[in-house]
Amino acid sequence: MPYTDFTTGEPVVDSKAPAGPIAERWDTRRFEAKLVNPANRRKHTVIVVGTGLAGGSAGATLAEQGYHVVQFCYQDSPRRAHSIAAQGGINAAKNYRNDGDSVHRLFYDTVKGGDFRARESNVHRLAQISVEIIDQCVAQGVPFAREYGGLLDTRSFGGVQVSRTFYARGQTGQQLLLGAYQALSRQIAAGNVEMHPRTEMLDVIVVDGRARGIVARDLITGKISTYFADAVVLASGGYGNVFYLSTNAMNSNATAVWRAHRRGAYFANPCFTQIHPTCIPRTGDHQSKLTLMSESLRNDGRIWVPKAKGDTRPAHEIPEDERDYYLERIYPSFGNLVPRDIASRAAKNVCDEGRGVGPGGQGVYLDFADAIQRMGRAAVEAKYGNLFDMYQRITDEDPYQVPMRIYPAVHYTMGGLWVDYDLQTTIPGLFAVGEANFSDHGANRLGASALMQGLADGYFVLPATINDYLAKHPHGDEVAADHPDVQEVLADTEDRLNLLLAVDGDRTPDSFHRELGELMWEYCGMARTEEGLRKALDRIPQIREEFWRRIKVPGTGEEFNQSLEKANRIVDYLELAELMCLDALHRGESCGGHFREESQTPDGEAARRDEAFSYAAAWEFTGTGTAPTLHREDLVFEYVHPTQRSYA
Amino acid sequence: MADASLPSGLMALATRTDQRPPKKNPAPRRPGGRPTGGRALWDSTVGKKTVMAVSGLIMLGYLVVHMFGNLKIFFGPATFNGYAHWLRTLGEPFMHYEWTLWVFRVVLVAAVVAHATSAYQLSRRDIRARPTKYVHKKPRASYATRTMRWGGIILGLFIVWHVLDLTTGTVHAGGFQPGHPYQNVVDTFSTWYGNVIYLVAMLALGLHVRHGFWSAAQTLGAGSRSRDRLLKTLADVLALVLTLGFIAVPVGVMTGLVS
Amino acid sequence: MTAAPRGTTPAMSLTLRVWRQKNADAPGTMSTYEVDGISPDMSFLEMLDTLNEELILKGEDPVAFDHDCREGICGACSLVINGDAHGPERTTTCQLHMRSFQDGDTIDIEPWRAAAFPVVKDLVVDRSAFDRIIQAGGYVTAPTGAAPEAHATPVPKPDADFAFEHAECIGCGACVAACPNGAAMLFTSAKVNHLNVLPQGAPERETRVLDMVAQMDDEGFGGCTLAGECATACPKGIPLFSITKMNREFVRAVRKKR
Repeated sequence: MPYTDFTTGEPVVDSKAPAGPIAERWDTRRFEAKLVNPANRRKHTVIVVGTGLAGGSAGATLAEQGYHVVQFCYQDSPRRAHSIAAQGGINAAKNYRNDGDSVHRLFYDTVKGGDFRARESNVHRLAQISVEIIDQCVAQGVPFAREYGGLLDTRSFGGVQVSRTFYARGQTGQQLLLGAYQALSRQIAAGNVEMHPRTEMLDVIVVDGRARGIVARDLITGKISTYFADAVVLASGGYGNVFYLSTNAMNSNATAVWRAHRRGAYFANPCFTQIHPTCIPRTGDHQSKLTLMSESLRNDGRIWVPKAKGDTRPAHEIPEDERDYYLERIYPSFGNLVPRDIASRAAKNVCDEGRGVGPGGQGVYLDFADAIQRMGRAAVEAKYGNLFDMYQRITDEDPYQVPMRIYPAVHYTMGGLWVDYDLQTTIPGLFAVGEANFSDHGANRLGASALMQGLADGYFVLPATINDYLAKHPHGDEVAADHPDVQEVLADTEDRLNLLLAVDGDRTPDSFHRELGELMWEYCGMARTEEGLRKALDRIPQIREEFWRRIKVPGTGEEFNQSLEKANRIVDYLELAELMCLDALHRGESCGGHFREESQTPDGEAARRDEAFSYAAAWEFTGTGTAPTLHREDLVFEYVHPTQRSYA
Repeated sequence: MADASLPSGLMALATRTDQRPPKKNPAPRRPGGRPTGGRALWDSTVGKKTVMAVSGLIMLGYLVVHMFGNLKIFFGPATFNGYAHWLRTLGEPFMHYEWTLWVFRVVLVAAVVAHATSAYQLSRRDIRARPTKYVHKKPRASYATRTMRWGGIILGLFIVWHVLDLTTGTVHAGGFQPGHPYQNVVDTFSTWYGNVIYLVAMLALGLHVRHGFWSAAQTLGAGSRSRDRLLKTLADVLALVLTLGFIAVPVGVMTGLVS
Repeated sequence: MTAAPRGTTPAMSLTLRVWRQKNADAPGTMSTYEVDGISPDMSFLEMLDTLNEELILKGEDPVAFDHDCREGICGACSLVINGDAHGPERTTTCQLHMRSFQDGDTIDIEPWRAAAFPVVKDLVVDRSAFDRIIQAGGYVTAPTGAAPEAHATPVPKPDADFAFEHAECIGCGACVAACPNGAAMLFTSAKVNHLNVLPQGAPERETRVLDMVAQMDDEGFGGCTLAGECATACPKGIPLFSITKMNREFVRAVRKKR
């Protein structure tokens, strides 16, 4: 059966979210959830995979509650998870500015920003918890920006009309992550968390229908071991690296979530990826990753390209009337401040027309000449100095003299493992938090909301909901290490790695990753068409077949082997990419970060089709390359009524 | 569901704030836990540096006085010898003859021993902390900083020679005369090696004080961004004044100003 | 695209002398490699990627090095380049670009060198000693849920800025690598100062500095001689006064905790 002939199964229902007024649902759930006696908690082992904002905060909090936590990260230290790279800030409905913000407004903005593809109950809970996160982080010593009166400063972010974003210069993610890392460190010192750095999860162990542990590889010795637990929490981040070039860290990967999917966890909305418009363009084929610059640059910079195709004159030689300030032209009322997806797509369009600038023609100008003239160089420097410096360091061009060049890049993945209100996947005992799950952002994530969701899940939601599961599954039934299910997972993993080493072909892991990434960027990137997606779906199995024929991994499995790590991650990208394309193909509408060229308004805007697609698509794995089963979760909007966006 | 086997007191959560979590990782090296007070000072690198800073400052204070006293030599034998005698009668009649001087001597010896012991222990530790050297070598830090250790050793040897030469007279060139320091000094600086040893040692002293004074200020926590310029200038001035002041004596002898 | 103003800079050829060491117990040595076609726009790590691609195809073991975010914030990358931690510019290795070098250069690449940072393989070292220093006291005891309202305690802006300046530390270990004594004073002081200046960190002010310094010593780092190399190498610009301030905190804590 061809991969595209997916079948539709029973709808998937979130059975955990309580009914009743939305503002009371979280309280209700916390009350209804069973508790584990504090004295019994230390008998329960919980595995947490990943130490980013979600994983670090979850591990620390569960350990504080008395659970025995066994935590893993592939990095050499839990402090290096990629949450650390988030720049902008974290939203919270504190209303410190008295500017009309409220929990309900944050809830409303998030549902609308997600283009009505997120669950109302989850989003409302997120908005409620947002205020507690700020309190928690301040108590930990996170040095948020403050005003002269000693109180916290906020700014407005991403075109939102209220000032609700808390920040620590351009390093908010770093500061929040270090806060969680320090809380985790305290628990490690106390012996409540058993930390395994440089250890990568390679599979999940499911016994009698419940997640009971993981298989992980010690990256230094290469030893593959099994770890058992009463529950497993995946906090392994997003899958943006499917695209090869993204703003994700080099080693961020999808193995944990994809292996969980293969073992039975549904994967929801894989095609919902966010593409950020203001990244530094690539300089050549050697490019290994992309660097984001804060979106705030669009507040004062003007975006343009030459009017003529193939115009290779330096920017300052192009006269004013031969420049096309295309965002200002197409969207006169919002101009350069249109939402991320629109700005990204417009940049792609002008570059596709052959009007892009810089090497390879993959870039547009972001020009501060007018701003410098208007505000003076000193004012521009005060506002954007650090970003200009970063740009200059990377490109060796002085943005005060020459306009910056920017291009969109993959930044965040809204899709992920399907979870219910308790953040539990469809495998009982397997939870997913942070970017690894699909829950709160719908089809598009608002700026400064990723940090909020990661910390909400880790500090507050999971520690409350996991009790219910653990209370219903009292500890006592140890998994035998020689249980056939355990042995099978272990053998699977070993076979896979051994095969990778045995092929001894003539292509490097990176060459496959790059090829897949280019394909995905082309056909499953900013704008998708049925034709393109079908092309990609034809091509991916071919790449996969070639991969297993020609991959070359030097060295052995019993040592520190970065090529082996990389190759093994690509195995999973090659399968996940296929599901992303299928999901994008089946969702015949445009919404949020997913733009189908077939579904647009007459003036070229994304056209959502609520009548057909107002659901989350949860996919069930049926085998590599075989058509998966779709389970729909219908989305009901009781409080925020779907409307069509318009920025013209 | 309560666990009846545990007394209720044990139901407190594992690491709430009533108690600091025990240090587990790695197993505490000292079975008694972290020491307090003087032991905490002596057992840690930061504390040992504090000892070095304080003892260094004591010696520095002494050197300033010593240098000032030395300059009396330019006023002739009577003044210089009289000054030397006065030092022995300091504090009389409360103190007996030479007692005050002995107090100074004891404090100074203690400072030298503390300074040298800390320096030795810290240096050994520092060398152990980088067992494999970099292949690509690069001159690092300022000259004064890099020469602290060798400079210290030179100064240590110098002090021994200096005491044997001019205090006890054991290695003095040409009959040592107790009570006649003027003549003794002239004798010493009438030999070529006396001058060489002295000059080398005083240059080493200048460099040592230059980094040492500023460093001591940092170790004692007295430095700050706004005060740094002042401290560095002070260190330079101290180093220069001490070196020039001490060197003035052999130069005086060599030029015949003192004879 | 033709005649682009950029990308036309001539490619460079370089000689690399790289520390190769199979594992923690094996002896290591400097091995020489030639690389061609290096664009000045490449980052230093992309240049190493290029070398590794060639090595893999030749069936040789690629050079192992730590890296992750490649945007200068995770602190994973850690190379000593021509004797400088993170190379000639004041930045992380991942943000160093090949335009800082000349065609025909010979570049020496070594791992961080310190007893407390044993080599894992090639250029990869074990920096878990840093984690243990943080575990000894580099936190505020603030269990989740116990926090008071964020505005309950105002923090003077200068204190908040001071805390931030020190909280910027990325834990890369360049300070240790650059220090002639392999000392971890700058790393330790950055965290002590970040937390000790804040009202939230005040209750544990004394125990924090004493415990962290004790752990730092236990890990086998050297002592501080205020050579200042750490602050020069620090990609985040943590100042040398950070150490001065920690010394003050230490002496104060010894006095108070007697």
